[in-house]
Amino acid sequence: MTNRNSYEEVTKRKSEIMKKSVGLDYAEFESTGIGFDYEKMMKETGYSLKEVKQIQQDTGIGSTPLLELKNITKLARKLAPEGKGARIFVKDEASNPSGSYKARRAAVSVYNAKKLGYKGVIAATSGNYGAAVASQAAMLGLDCIIVQECYDSEGKGQPEIIEKARKCEAYGAEVLQLSVGPELFYQFLLLLEETGYFNASLYTPFGIAGIETLGYEIAEQMLARENKLPDVVIATNAGGGNLTGTARGLLKAGADDVKIYGASVNLKGLHMASDKQFNKKSFTTGHTGFGIPFATWPDRSDVPRSAARALRYMDRYVTLNQGEVFYTTEVLAQLEGMERGPAGNVSLAAAISIAQELDEDKIIVVQETEYTGAGKHIQPQLTFAKENGIDVKVGNPEEEVPGESIILPEHPRMIKARDLDLDKLRKSYVKNCIKNTGIENPSQEDMEFLAVDTKTNTEFIEKVLKEIQGGLN
Amino acid sequence: MAIGKKGDWVRIYRVILTPEERAPQVPEDTKKVSLEMWDKGFLLEDEADIGDEVEVETYIGRKVKGKLVEINPYYTHDYGKCITELLYIGRQTRDILKEETLND
Repeated sequence: MTNRNSYEEVTKRKSEIMKKSVGLDYAEFESTGIGFDYEKMMKETGYSLKEVKQIQQDTGIGSTPLLELKNITKLARKLAPEGKGARIFVKDEASNPSGSYKARRAAVSVYNAKKLGYKGVIAATSGNYGAAVASQAAMLGLDCIIVQECYDSEGKGQPEIIEKARKCEAYGAEVLQLSVGPELFYQFLLLLEETGYFNASLYTPFGIAGIETLGYEIAEQMLARENKLPDVVIATNAGGGNLTGTARGLLKAGADDVKIYGASVNLKGLHMASDKQFNKKSFTTGHTGFGIPFATWPDRSDVPRSAARALRYMDRYVTLNQGEVFYTTEVLAQLEGMERGPAGNVSLAAAISIAQELDEDKIIVVQETEYTGAGKHIQPQLTFAKENGIDVKVGNPEEEVPGESIILPEHPRMIKARDLDLDKLRKSYVKNCIKNTGIENPSQEDMEFLAVDTKTNTEFIEKVLKEIQGGLN
Repeated sequence: MAIGKKGDWVRIYRVILTPEERAPQVPEDTKKVSLEMWDKGFLLEDEADIGDEVEVETYIGRKVKGKLVEINPYYTHDYGKCITELLYIGRQTRDILKEETLND
């Protein structure tokens, strides 16, 4: 007899559970081939940017300060060739009610859940998003369950994740903590089925529409303050939503020429689903372990089609080492008087390096900060790293090996944004599309979809397809 | 004598999937161990000891079963130990800002 609640049986019911819990029928956006109608899906939220802004205003979200980091800019200029050293600004998203930009991401989902008559919301997240959903649910009077991947098989948990559990509970949420493994999704499906609550996934159009206001505000505030748009906006990149939503908001504000850069912490070599490696990393988000797989296959998320599609908007993708981001976090506190992060400071570390490539009159916006607290701070995170056998030292960050060492740069000139080959990632995405759909000869419509979804053109896609087919034969 | 009483705020533990039941795609080291779960709620049994199988009502009112592991659970995460390796950063960057260079 098959067990209705076995991993296999529950996974089979995935699309049926999803349809009920998101209130969207993803089949409506599908075509017969590789592509789907992304913009139609984004419109399906039914909320315009103006309405999203209103929803967020009603719960105290958004209109966060855009601050010029004058001392960090000065530091970058000291390190740069003469005439170089762009001005660095930061959007202080920590001042949102739950302490991060994730409040924006949760707002529309929770509002929509209430409007549709759901009694509660569920989200699978170990990060700031859980706190955001719990906070919004508290404001709108809905029940909330947060499912966290928290412990290894020895019951050891990342201090940062434990702090997030505390914060969710503070807002009245039930926090279900799990040990390492992708079957978190299985437990998540079971809970959705049991409770009938709304799936406040990070990757629905609601979540991404909520972030658009962030990009829009950057354009508005920068125009009001400097009478010009920024040259570069850098987003810390994990699942791709932060970058996608911000880029879309900038486009809606008419800021078409602003370059969008993604930045992730380099965790190369660490397997995200490995029990033994779970506590070898010192960043639980903003890292390449999410950033690269999600960029090259966004539809791996907890909804059939992800609204977070980083390659669609990204102009450049850089990585930083863990030690460089910890160093930057300390610099933000010591030079600017702001204790934030650390994970949200990946993009700031990137900005220190990238500012040195640009002329002094250029402007870089680091588009988020996040709250700091017990467990979620460089001291406890480095303490935890040491306890897990990581060698924490001062030296050359180039020599850092994720899972073995964290190397704080001897000098800030050693902070380097290292470029990932975007074309390689784009090619990998196209490959994944073919592998996962089984369509080896994409139609013209598919080629156009792939071109838009990788911010390239059909010539590029044709070239990539030829290479892939050449490799297959 | 039982130490937990009805209505106490407690933490429970349960195995969700045994190693044999785990998803096929998990890495070898993860496949060797169970998928475990922890949750909290108000104890529904009249009394119970640590290690007993119990049922709780979670904060939002769900009923969940598991092994009792803690009564009045609390958080102990903190600001960690002194990381001496970080101490140079503030001084170093402040000194750099004070330096006279051609760029000034």
